[in-house]
Amino acid sequence: MSLYLHALAAILIREALRFVTQRERFLAALVRPLVWLIVFAAGFRAALGLSITPPYQTYITYEVYIIPGLCAMIQLFNAMQSALSLVYDREMGSMRLLLTAPLPRWWLLFCKLLAGVLVSILQVYAFLGIAYLYGIKLPPMGYVWVLPALLVSGMMLGAVGLFLASTIRQLENFAGVMNFVIFPVFFLSTALYPLWRMAESSRLLRDICAWNPFSHAVELIRFALYMRLNPEALGWVALTFAVFLTLAIWGFDPARGIMTRKASP
Amino acid sequence: MHDPALEVTDLSFRYGKKEALRSVSFRVMPGEFCALLGPNGAGKSTLFALLTRLFVARQGRIAVMGQDLQTNPRAALACMGVVFQQMTLDLDLSVARNLAYFGALHGLSRREAALRAGAVLERLDMAERAREKARNLNGGHRRRLEIARALMHRPRLLLLDEPTVGLDTRSRAAITAHVHALARDDGIAVLWATHLVDEVAPEDTALILHQGEILQTGRADQLAPKGGLAAHFMHLTEEPVT
Repeated sequence: MSLYLHALAAILIREALRFVTQRERFLAALVRPLVWLIVFAAGFRAALGLSITPPYQTYITYEVYIIPGLCAMIQLFNAMQSALSLVYDREMGSMRLLLTAPLPRWWLLFCKLLAGVLVSILQVYAFLGIAYLYGIKLPPMGYVWVLPALLVSGMMLGAVGLFLASTIRQLENFAGVMNFVIFPVFFLSTALYPLWRMAESSRLLRDICAWNPFSHAVELIRFALYMRLNPEALGWVALTFAVFLTLAIWGFDPARGIMTRKASP
Repeated sequence: MHDPALEVTDLSFRYGKKEALRSVSFRVMPGEFCALLGPNGAGKSTLFALLTRLFVARQGRIAVMGQDLQTNPRAALACMGVVFQQMTLDLDLSVARNLAYFGALHGLSRREAALRAGAVLERLDMAERAREKARNLNGGHRRRLEIARALMHRPRLLLLDEPTVGLDTRSRAAITAHVHALARDDGIAVLWATHLVDEVAPEDTALILHQGEILQTGRADQLAPKGGLAAHFMHLTEEPVT
């Protein structure tokens, strides 16, 4: 096995072990979407009527509609959690150890990203399992089809988190990111309402939702759960991933990026 | 005559307008224990960040075992082991897992990493603690573990940035003795940054860094034959060291 694969395996195992030892993190990641599903969706079920829009071929309940959005929400929060731990690691020093390994920095960052995404996929499947027991049953093959979609959407969201980690100076600033990134990204998307519903209240909001890459991640997952590929969503998600990963690699580059400026006393 | 394990030539670095290092040049030979001595704020940590490529200098050159850190960073980094001032252990993992993780980052197979981990832990008197969580170790043993980890890939150059900060006198003495033995017995070049003069042995090379400049370099007992290194340092920099 090459040096690259050794490093990849080591980082994946380390993240998996951390995931296993931090059970609270796993539970917290599940509680959030379950509250949305069981409390929020139950309340909105009566208020919101949903027409038949692709990929659905019949009328669906609101709980069914928001399942893909909640899957993406798990990945979004996981990506931000990974970014937070990256900032923490950098402040506390363990990130230094990783960055002094004799490997290209882009590969090390990619490994960290992939490890975080795999953890988020486990969380999504746990959530889908609980949703199944709650009565929300999706097509059986949808659970298989959604795997690559989760991988791609997770990589995109992870790359955004990585980029944020490269720009945030201190751990304390992360709360601001939570307010100014996570909530607008989540609420201004198709996670909770379809675009046509949004257009009824504001054309501008509808357009913002349509442009939001998170909407495309949600739609990619939604279509995959019904064994369909949404090429437009895939294209936008892949493009966003490439842009943010490039920015993150630039940010962590010791010669060009933001790391050197961070060192200012 | 051996080539230097570490050669720093005309190295300068700025944080914005503030000059942190100014034309620093020195070399460390294989088997040499070089103490980088300077008070807080002298530029030691900046120098370490440059030596480990966390930062890149716009001016100057760093070569590790003849490999230029700027143009051939992977080969240069592969030759060095690093112990940072801040602890960089994963406290949730066991001692053995911490070593295996680092070994894999340097391309060691699981079997090879396990063999080497056993050997380095034995050498640092920690063999019986391999299964313990790093969180359960005291400060001295955590530092020993970090040194063991830095030795996993058999580096030719060992960089230690104030490795005894916060430790009691006994742990400090033990760690200093271990690292001196590594230089003496294994021929590893050591750069040991400290502001504690009592960690420098008479036969060590001392490198006095002050306000980003190397003020003096030479054998510790020759730099300060009479009044001791601490007094000599005070005389040079007008700043006290312990």
